[in-house]
Amino acid sequence: MQTSVINRFYTDIHHITKATISLRATGIGNEELALVDGRLAQVVKMEGDMVTLQVFSGTEGIANDAKVSFLGTAPELEVDERLRGRFFNAFGKPLDEWPAPTGRKREIGGPPVNPVRRKQPNTPIFTGIAGIDLNNTILGGQKIPFFADPDQPYNEVMATVALRAKADKIILGGMGLSNDDLLFFKDTFRRAGVLDKIIAFVNTTEDPPVERLLVPDMVLTAAEFFAVDKDEQVLVLLTDMTLYADALSIVSNRMDQIPSKDSMPGSLYSDLARIYEKAVQFEGKGSITIIAVTTLNQGDITHAIPDNTGYITEGQLFLRKDSETGKVIIDPFRSLSRLKQLVIGKQTREDHPQIMNACIRLYADAAEARIKKENGFELTDYDIRTLAYARDYTAELLSIDVQMDMDEMLNKAWQLISKHFQPDETGIRQELVDRYWMN
Amino acid sequence: MKVRGTVQGLIANLVQVKPDGPVRQNEICYLQAGEDLLMGEIIKISGEIAFVQVYDSTRGVRIGAEVNFTGDLLEVTLGPGMLGKKYDGLQSDLDAHEGTFLLRGMRSPALDVHQKWDFRPLVQTGSMVSAGAWLGEITENGLPHKIMAPFSMEGQGKIAEIKPAGEYKAADTVAEIIMTDGRKHAVTMVSTWPSKLALKAYGRKIRPFKMLETGIRTIDTVHPMLEGGTGFIPGPFGCGKTVLQQAIAKQAKADIVVIAACGERANEVVEIFTEFPELDDPATGRKLIERTIIIANTSSMPVAAREASVYTAMTICEYYRNMGLRVLLLADSTSRWAQALREMSNRMEDLPGPDAFPMDLTATIAAFYARAGYVELTNGKQGSITFIGTVSPAGGNLKEPVTEATKKAARCFYALSQRRADSKRYPAVDPIDSYSKYLEYPEFRDYMKEHVSTRWIAHANEIKNILLRGKEAADQINILGDDGVSIDYHMQFWKSELLDFILLQQDAFDEVDMFCSVTRQEFMADLLLQICQTEYHFDHFSEVRPFFRKMINSLKQLNYAIFESPGFNRILEEVRSMAIQPAEKSI
Repeated sequence: MQTSVINRFYTDIHHITKATISLRATGIGNEELALVDGRLAQVVKMEGDMVTLQVFSGTEGIANDAKVSFLGTAPELEVDERLRGRFFNAFGKPLDEWPAPTGRKREIGGPPVNPVRRKQPNTPIFTGIAGIDLNNTILGGQKIPFFADPDQPYNEVMATVALRAKADKIILGGMGLSNDDLLFFKDTFRRAGVLDKIIAFVNTTEDPPVERLLVPDMVLTAAEFFAVDKDEQVLVLLTDMTLYADALSIVSNRMDQIPSKDSMPGSLYSDLARIYEKAVQFEGKGSITIIAVTTLNQGDITHAIPDNTGYITEGQLFLRKDSETGKVIIDPFRSLSRLKQLVIGKQTREDHPQIMNACIRLYADAAEARIKKENGFELTDYDIRTLAYARDYTAELLSIDVQMDMDEMLNKAWQLISKHFQPDETGIRQELVDRYWMN
Repeated sequence: MKVRGTVQGLIANLVQVKPDGPVRQNEICYLQAGEDLLMGEIIKISGEIAFVQVYDSTRGVRIGAEVNFTGDLLEVTLGPGMLGKKYDGLQSDLDAHEGTFLLRGMRSPALDVHQKWDFRPLVQTGSMVSAGAWLGEITENGLPHKIMAPFSMEGQGKIAEIKPAGEYKAADTVAEIIMTDGRKHAVTMVSTWPSKLALKAYGRKIRPFKMLETGIRTIDTVHPMLEGGTGFIPGPFGCGKTVLQQAIAKQAKADIVVIAACGERANEVVEIFTEFPELDDPATGRKLIERTIIIANTSSMPVAAREASVYTAMTICEYYRNMGLRVLLLADSTSRWAQALREMSNRMEDLPGPDAFPMDLTATIAAFYARAGYVELTNGKQGSITFIGTVSPAGGNLKEPVTEATKKAARCFYALSQRRADSKRYPAVDPIDSYSKYLEYPEFRDYMKEHVSTRWIAHANEIKNILLRGKEAADQINILGDDGVSIDYHMQFWKSELLDFILLQQDAFDEVDMFCSVTRQEFMADLLLQICQTEYHFDHFSEVRPFFRKMINSLKQLNYAIFESPGFNRILEEVRSMAIQPAEKSI
């Protein structure tokens, strides 16, 4: 990136704030990159010949006669097959000692896909986790986040999903990723022997937070290269989008914008949508699937970040520890895959939709029985059976450490409801009961 | 003489331009950015600076860049050839764009002005006509499409010439009108209208009175929507807003459906693109896409165009309404539109209202809803625009500005409840919180009595009553415990559960259950209310649940069976023997 032609130097900085500098300059394009004393910055505002630059790593120690040079382009990534197996920082600089691969230069944050050129996603991605495959089947070209409290093992679950999914490339975007987690990902991918299909752009907790604003665009520019130019199935992992949104709020705050809900910028929805909407099934084989992590504060999904995310993504996978069995599960009530309707019962067995819904409905009855129990009311026979069922359902199906293929899950589900209930308590269509009920 | 200007400053997509001549508010201009021409609209004029919101990314725009003003407001092109089209928010034909990505500055005409249509005149030379008068007719996708006198025409004019029946290109002049002051209007099949202004040119607006059949029980039976009515669907994410709205789009008895996908997921529009060309419109036997126009300005497309998209959609609806058609407009979601307004007002440093939304949000929303309605045209024919918008309340909290503003403007309220969605009770329309103000309209009551059923409105009220009593009973049971209340409470609760499971809940993905005809709805309401009015005798509260569970189960099978088929009748018999003549001891 530093190799671009340098046009002119400026040394007279007019105004310095925590994150921005302003100076007089002409012939500058909006969103153009600049180097301020060697630090990367980007044009965010122009008024007459007064240009305001956002300095990604912050303005600490910048002198008002610092050398400013404009690079003539918006942020770019050189895309090439040789990106694979490499780890980069938010600017696309390698984290190892080898030089960055050269290739075609692409501006990051490119235009959206024409909706009429998208294809409807129709390829299920099986993960072996019942909370996903059975209850919330995900598809290639989908975008879906894990909603998890910070103490949940979301990065581990995400890594598991990534390794099971049959993707040609896995591109990891780490935002505010701890060094420990970075090493975990590296190690997991290395041990699984898939390092050569991994690409990572990482902003760690040690890097300035504003830098992470570049990470999703870097990741998705690489993803579009592999999905469009190479016709590959690309899986994108973004963790943690809450920290990304926090960086957005820092910038908007420093730009004196009026905050909306939860101190987030009013444009949060559009900012997040621009990223998530890059998930797409192209007309050919190529696709981009985005699995993200949005950490929550004590399960609060009404906070602006998970709330806006929920409106953008195609469902969410809610990680929760079940207090009764101590297992981590994907909560069947609050989780949802919006695209599952396209494949369940069609590409999976015919009984999938009905048995899935029956299981969840009965699990909801168990939740009500639990409330009754906690309030000291007498339980009916039905209540007691639902509670027993819920325990089995959690431990034998939902728990994320249970691994099964699709048909095994369906059989297990029938086995559980047959064990605890009568057919007419399930609301399942008679012909399916006739075919699958286990006596 | 066109006015030109130069860029003086910019932040994001708000550009300050200094024009060299007079410009007007909301005027459209084009800004040079490298090789791209970016479209923008003046949204504020202050001193010698015009503030322009650009409908595209302003990356690379430089100070001093050239701007050309057009003198026109943002306009919608109207004419034959729009049906089945997929437009962006500024009415560019998305299918006409080449390549996978929506490159900046790319535009394509809304319709093909060279396409030929079979024209039939409806007036004669010498007739006097006023704005919006039907001069001729063509047929598009089986629907009559009127060629109308210019909407901007003031007063009466005389037909100086009208072309005889035959094939003409859309751009050909098919009529000429002479005004009393001698001015002439050459009429082609294509016209334009500024989208932010309501297209009127009708006789008068009347109160809606006809039911808009949707085949969705919780709407038609309990909270009916009317032709020319307004409604909105607020709900937290994951509550099935989009599924519900798409079901309405597929099933509603309307002539034209316009879908404004405003700032929502692209894959949802793709679903419409994929399904609608396959689905039959039972009314015409043609494909659904042939009566549909889609305005897709999805969430990653330029934000400023998102605001324009709902106006583009509404103007197209007004055009078809003036042909005497029943038009249905669905907008998903009006919150995204409001957010686009907020982003802009924020950049303009306007004083913010609640949640940083612009202060005039309520007025803006009300003015938009007011463009829907049932009208009588100048020729005595009738047309309507029914408008249903979804609202995506932040945090699922209905006490936020967009929901509150919409509640003041819309007559029907379909509240989606998180609790219902969590327990997979779809559609998750909350029967207690939701309402249709049309139930109180005497003209609607009269219409239903005369044309559909004398009991329809009584049914709706009775159903709401039972549901409300059921909810109260459930609350009591929760407080006092199963054995702390009388058996009547359990019965009340389970009767409301029966209505919930069989009437309110409906499987949008089941081929039979997804659409329930008016006849079937009336039949079901009769049957269910009869069951609810029957007195049952139980010795112990624990007998109530199994009895009703079993009945619900059978009735569910009934919903899945084709109406009046042998299977249906068999299950019906079973239900009747179980429910209507209850045994003393029921299980």
